[in-house]
Formats: sequence, C-alpha cells, structure tokens
Amino acid sequence: MTAIRKEYLKVIDGYSQKAEPKLKVHHVSKTFAQKGQTITALQDTTFDVREGEFVTILGPSGCGKSTILKVIAGLTEPSSGYVMLNDRRIFGPGSDRGMVFQGYTLFPWLTVEQNIGFGLQLKGMAKAERKEIIEHYLHLIGLNGFGRMYPNNLSGGMKQRVAIARALANDPEVLLMDEPFGALDAQTRTVMQELLLNVWEESKKTILFVTHDIDEAIFMGDRVYVMTARPGRLKAEIPVPIPRPREFSVKTSPLFMQLKAEILELIREESWKAASEVGSKGWSPTTA
Amino acid sequence: MQVKQYFKLKENIPSRLYIGLGLFSFGALFLLWCILTYGGHVPALFLPSPTDIAQQFWLMVTEMNLFSDIVASVYRVSAGFLLASIIGVPIGLLMGSFKIAEGLVEPIVGFVRYMPASAFIPLLILWIGIGDLQKIAVIFIGTFFQQVLMVRDVTKNVSQELIDTSYTLGATQKAAFLKVVLPSALPGIMDTLRITLGWAWTYLVVAELVAASSGLGYMIMESQRFLRTAGIIVGILVIGLLGLITDSLFKAAYNKMFPWLQGGVE
Ligand SMILES: Nc1ncnc2c1ncn2[C@@H]1O[C@H](COP(=O)(O)OP(=O)(O)OP(=O)(O)O)[C@@H](O)[C@H]1O
Ligand SMILES: [Mg+2]
Repeated sequence: MTAIRKEYLKVIDGYSQKAEPKLKVHHVSKTFAQKGQTITALQDTTFDVREGEFVTILGPSGCGKSTILKVIAGLTEPSSGYVMLNDRRIFGPGSDRGMVFQGYTLFPWLTVEQNIGFGLQLKGMAKAERKEIIEHYLHLIGLNGFGRMYPNNLSGGMKQRVAIARALANDPEVLLMDEPFGALDAQTRTVMQELLLNVWEESKKTILFVTHDIDEAIFMGDRVYVMTARPGRLKAEIPVPIPRPREFSVKTSPLFMQLKAEILELIREESWKAASEVGSKGWSPTTA
Repeated sequence: MQVKQYFKLKENIPSRLYIGLGLFSFGALFLLWCILTYGGHVPALFLPSPTDIAQQFWLMVTEMNLFSDIVASVYRVSAGFLLASIIGVPIGLLMGSFKIAEGLVEPIVGFVRYMPASAFIPLLILWIGIGDLQKIAVIFIGTFFQQVLMVRDVTKNVSQELIDTSYTLGATQKAAFLKVVLPSALPGIMDTLRITLGWAWTYLVVAELVAASSGLGYMIMESQRFLRTAGIIVGILVIGLLGLITDSLFKAAYNKMFPWLQGGVE
C-alpha cells in the first residue's frame, strides 16, 4: 500500500514541476485589533493551488480558515504577505475569484434563476445568453424546474447547490469554498460531496475548499493542507493518491483509512502541544 | 371537540375561528355600548348611543362638510409624511451605508428626536403662521427624525455576507448598493413608513387642535366646545377608519412587493 502511495507521489511531484501554480498565497498573516488587544487569526501562511486542482484545507473551528479565503477573495486585507493569481497580485475582490460562503448567502429577493444570473447580469450579458448558461447550471446541480422559486422555499442543500451554480456561472479562475456543507445533515452532505466532485470534473475548475471534516477533506481533495488550532498556521501538506473519479465507497478503502489515520495523528500531536502550552501558563491541575 | 388544541403555545388556529374571534370581540364591545346607552346607565353627554352617533354622522356629512375636513386632514398628513419620507429615507440609507454620513448627521438627529413635535407648535406658529404649512411642518418634525434613525438601523442590518457575496460576483460598490443594500433594506423601509404614518396621524390631530379652522382635529375641538359628544366620537372613528384603510393598503403593497418574504406581514 505504501508502495502505491510512493509511486503516486512521484507522479504528483512530476506534475507539480510541470504546472505553474495558479494561485499563490505568499507569507500571508492576519491580525485583528479588538479593544486594544491584537488577535492573531492567521499566522504566516504560504501555499499554492495549481490549475484544475482540488485543494482542501482542514482545520478546527476558529483556526482562521474563513480568514484565508476572505484574504484570497480580496474581502479582507492581509496584515502582511500577498496573494497572486496567474502571477498577478490581487487587490480587492473581483469576479475572477468566486466564493461559496459558510452561511446561506442567496439573495432572498431574487429567484433561483436570477441568483444564478446575478454575476452575468452585472457583466452586462444579453438575456438570451444568460438564460442558456443558467439552464446549463440548473441542470448541472440537478435543480431543473426550480428556477422560478425563491430561496426561502428551498432546503439547505438546495440553497448551497444554487450558491455553487451562481459562483460557477460567473466562470471564475478559482472557486473558493468555505465549509459549504457545514450546515447540512450527514446524508445531504454526502450527496453534495459527490455532486460537487461531478461538477468539478465536468467544469475543470480550480477549487480551494475549506472544511473541518477530515473525511470530507480527504474525499474531495487532491491535496489536504492541515491547519493548527488558533492562531492558525499550516502544519502539513498531505497528497491524496486516491484515483478519480471517486465515489462514496472509497471512504471505506484501506488507503483512505491510512490517510485518515495519518492526519488524525497530526491533529492529536497538535492538540497535545496546545494542551501543554495551556499547562505552562498555570492552568493545568498540577500547578493549581 | 377538542378545545385544548386551540390553547397551544404559538400554534395556528383555523382562520375561520380567528376571524370569528375578532367579530365576537367587536360584537361584545358593541353590545356593552348598547346596554350602557339605551339602558340609560350613562348620560348621553358622556357617551351617546349608536343611533346618536349615526345621526350625528349623517348631519355632519350633509350639513357640516365633514368631507372637506377629511380632505384637509388627509392633505396635511400626506404632504407632511411624503416630504419627511422623501428626505428621510435617503438620509437614513446613507447613514446606514457610510460611517461618514452617520457621523455628520447622527448627533443632530439623535438630539432633536427627543424634543416632542407638539412643543414646536408655538414656535412654528411664530415662524410660519397658522396655515396648512404649519400643520405640515408639525407632522414633518414628528416623523422625519424617527424615519431617519429607523431607516439607518434597517440599512445597518443588511447582511455583510450578502454584500461580500456580490463583490465576489463582480459587483462594484455602486452595484452592491443598488442591487443588494437597497432591495435588502426595502421591506424594513416599508415597515418604517407604515409605522411612522400612524404617528403622522397622531401629530396631525395635535396640530389641528391648536389654531386650526378646518380638519378632523379642528372638528373634534369644535364639537367639544358645543358639548357635541357624538361629534367627537365621529371624528375619532373617522380617523380610526382612515388609519385602517391606509394600513391595509400598506399591507397589500407589502405582499405585492415582496412575494419572496412568504406570507408578508402578519
Ligand atoms: N473581524 C474580526 N474581528 C476580530 N476577530 C476576528 C474577525 N474575524 C475573525 N476573527 C477571529 O479570527 C479567528 C479566525 O476566524 P475565522 O472565521 O477565520 O475562523 P474559521 O476557521 O473560519 O472558524 P469556523 O470553523 O468557526 O468558521 C477567530 O478566532 C475569530 O474570532
Ligand atoms: Mg469559518
């Protein structure tokens, strides 16, 4: 099994030398000033995403996952460092970086169709052309016939599907996804994961996907970046040599289990470190 | 028959029952009124009977020009309210969107809104006399400052995530304002208008009680002078009815404008 992995890693290495990174996050950090205190949300972070790649970032709650994506999206200024897209530094938000947010962010006063067409309309695209693209994406997310509904009448899973369609319809260079399935129940989540993988294989988009769910991070990603707890920092990069197209069943395969064990071990180490740091400040029972 | 099922916390009841209950309480009140007046338990000077009221109403319509009073009042309320809204809503929107606008306007508005509009009446009479303009000014003062602050709050509550979403879809600041902030705030703005229109009527009556020669408030004042209790009650009922009509118009407009809100108000 390890032999298979080594073999695959070589392939990945070869690939990485060929393909130039599409998105580069270069020594980005972020601190917030709050009531005279400074909160470090993100420590010095560097990584990249290649063209057509599906990269996942795995980290516990509050470690700065949303912060990374917001910096890349241009919604938040980094305190230091910078982000490059196609070798050009980004300043501020733009339609070249689509985003699917953690919460539900469909515009409730627009129908499903109008939501999907929002970015296209901003670009000034003609109605007929818009309609064609909207139809395509409605079909892709399996919501044919729901176009004229308002978001209030949709389930959580449907809302996130529309949000994905809306981001994709705009044809961004990279798609940033912030725990898009975090609020969904386990079954819906599984369905959505497979659906997104299908959509990705069809659209050949570059995706950066953030999650706190280990299974999700491995199942979806070509590579998994593991983050430490607050203040966030990238701890490791784990390539996922599971062949594609992937189906739900790979979650019980030995390779999947091995990767999961590896990542769990990393996280466990990290938690111990965090716990001992707390101890050194005098909070542990031994010093109390 | 399970009566218990109608007493569940926040649970819905059949709409026929709901309407029936409303009719019942109206009927009960009316019955009490009849018993008190026709039974001779209360002197007519304090509380006239339903027939007295009906007669008085007819008399006012046919001989005392009730409609011209109604027209005068409706005109003043509409003018004062529209003027306040046309200026107040944009200022509120700006204050909620730009800190710089809020910093500029907030101190003044926050201060003035605690000054009762009715206390301005003597000052306004001194400044602009006792004509329509003075009544309109009272209504303006009574509604404008509240509108500004309420619309500001509504605008501030527009979800930042929705605005950010529009940016990631390529919106400029202007587009984000026009296509996200505005439609997001619209239901709240309509609510504000609906509530402040009710206040506008209150201020109208106050304005017309002092130095007026027409309008429903004036009519009520006159009735009191001549101990025409039925006239006072007719005036109050007419104002109530006008309020009810405008409120249902607002509700209808609300449901029509915001089908996405599912059910609209109430
Ligand atoms: N605008 C802000 N002002 C102050 N602190 C902030 C702000 N935004 C985020 N933080 C802090 O930065 C840290 C990281 O936040 P972030 O939202 O990026 O975490 P996250 O990994 O996305 O968490 P979650 O899993 O809960 O979504 C948190 O401790 C948070 O409290
Ligand atoms: Mg987050």
